[in-house]
Amino acid sequence: MSEVRPAAEGGPRPHPLIELTRVRVLEFVREPEAVFWVFLFPVLLAFALGIAFRNKPAEQVHVAVVGGPAAAAVTALLHGDESLAVEVVDADAAARALQKGKVDVVVEAAPAAGTPATVTYRFDPARAESRAGRLAVDAALQRAAGRRDAVATREERVTEIGARYIDFLIPGLVGLNLMGSGMWSVGFAVATARNRKLLKRFAATPMHRSHYLASFALSRLTFLILEVAAIVGFGWAVFGVQVRGSLLDLAVVSLLGAACFSGIGLLVAARPRTIEAVSGWMNLVMLPMWLLSGSFFSYERFPAAVQPAIKALPLTALNDALRRVAIDGAPLLAAWRELAILALLGSISFVVCLRIFRWQ
Amino acid sequence: MCRGLVKRYDDVVAVAGLDLEVRRGECFGLLGPNGAGKTTTVEILEGLTAPDAGVVEVLGQRWGHGDDRALRERLGVQLQETQLADKLTVTETLRLFRSFYARGHAVGEVIQATGLEEKRSARVGKLSGGQRQRLALACALVSDPELLFLDEPTTGLDPQARRAVWETVEQFRAAGGTVLLTTHYMEEAARLADRVAVMDHGRVIALGTPAELVASLGADQIVEFRAAGEVAAERLRDLPGVRSVDRKNGDFMLSIVNIGEALPALLGELERQRLRLDTLQTHQATLEDVFVHLTGRVLRDE
Repeated sequence: MSEVRPAAEGGPRPHPLIELTRVRVLEFVREPEAVFWVFLFPVLLAFALGIAFRNKPAEQVHVAVVGGPAAAAVTALLHGDESLAVEVVDADAAARALQKGKVDVVVEAAPAAGTPATVTYRFDPARAESRAGRLAVDAALQRAAGRRDAVATREERVTEIGARYIDFLIPGLVGLNLMGSGMWSVGFAVATARNRKLLKRFAATPMHRSHYLASFALSRLTFLILEVAAIVGFGWAVFGVQVRGSLLDLAVVSLLGAACFSGIGLLVAARPRTIEAVSGWMNLVMLPMWLLSGSFFSYERFPAAVQPAIKALPLTALNDALRRVAIDGAPLLAAWRELAILALLGSISFVVCLRIFRWQ
Repeated sequence: MCRGLVKRYDDVVAVAGLDLEVRRGECFGLLGPNGAGKTTTVEILEGLTAPDAGVVEVLGQRWGHGDDRALRERLGVQLQETQLADKLTVTETLRLFRSFYARGHAVGEVIQATGLEEKRSARVGKLSGGQRQRLALACALVSDPELLFLDEPTTGLDPQARRAVWETVEQFRAAGGTVLLTTHYMEEAARLADRVAVMDHGRVIALGTPAELVASLGADQIVEFRAAGEVAAERLRDLPGVRSVDRKNGDFMLSIVNIGEALPALLGELERQRLRLDTLQTHQATLEDVFVHLTGRVLRDE
């Protein structure tokens, strides 16, 4: 090394945090599979779900009219309503069809001369379609028979942009993806480095340990814009999903969410020695959030007793904040509670991780 | 450098009361078989593992009693099993390590010093074993350390790759650096180390320059032989020119002062005992023979 000695003080010194982050980014982009899971997978998922739940024309109510002298009169009265699919069958066939769910409501008119005097609706109150069918048939029948509505009504169908399932779904997918890619990328990288004794090697240098951990959050932030843009851009291009609030607010929420999940990912990966163990813990932590946090459907349906617990989950907070901005078009401050949860959980994870992290 | 060092893992004692002193500017070798406690000792000295008992002082400072980070600035470390990130190139890896240190060499300089110029843009995953080991060495040298720890730097390398590592270490020495080296290759200890501590079962069983250790056998030649049948070993010890008799696996190993006197006497004795000689070889005494003499075992299985 004699020829090297004199230059000891020389050489430009990049900042270790920047260098660590740069290396994380390079390692990520050189892993084609990681790129697929982070960028392409959520877009494919959005496409599949968007197609599956696209707004279909309103379903018709299937009505079975029991054959008899009065059947023709009933059928004639219902004929005018296009939302009803009416067929005439015998009593046995009608009962079976109702039981199987083939028809929603069975109509039987008591035999009387001329017009039907008494009409019996047979329906299954446990089935929503059946209940709705009964109401629809009754309304059609009464109106056709001459009833006048007491109150003037007007219909407004919620199929406009902003109120569809896909509009609800896209922010949920953004949240889900920020959680998934944040946690997996951190967890695997840490577990691999620990396995390969690279963490131990780093521990033998004067590297600041917080720099190493912070580089994960920072490198995540560099991808985050692309990641969110991929999903939101796809939703806009294919389904016309719009972000009502400001894009800047959306970026801030995503940023905080990504940082929070980097922290949680680091915490999960702080101790386990193997990739398998990290995977197990990751799944354990993420599964409740997959199910409960309202990415695919609203969590409002869960019992009231568990609502506070659901709302304390970081993914719930992130999804809610994203939807406030994207769907409600609310200002950032409206989501302060959710943002506080993210910031708090993220920083607690980070600090705890720094203390308990296993370097070898 | 360290006194009364003890480290236990569960009920296994890895290091059992170790005293070592490495002088500035020397290359000190820890020689011993796998499991002798070399790596544990080095990792304690590197401040990666806390000893259960004993005192460690590195470059005048004790771990945990001052600024550990400032101490790490002055050390270069190559661990036995570190696998650097496969997806990064040689230059990127060195840039990263360089960034951890306040002072040190430029990346290009250590690449040159370790002979990795042609591989500077190659991914670590594509390097050969020898190139990876040189890169690990480069990572240890990039901080321009005062003290370099090398834990089995050439294990698993072919002779050519091994020599390349040795040359880099010798250049570092020539520039005044101190080296603490562990190895189970006696040639490596003999070539690189000024002084060698022979370790076994967590203890130092011999200490000195390679020449002193070999001289401690009191012999300059070693005769190894195998014979069919029961050899009366006590008779061999009394032969002229024989200093000591050791068993090495099934073989006998005689330390010889005067080969011209001892060899005919040995052949005569075997004749008298009516034993047929299967193999016989003689060689200059080495550190390996010192280890066999002290422990009755070989350094490594080959």
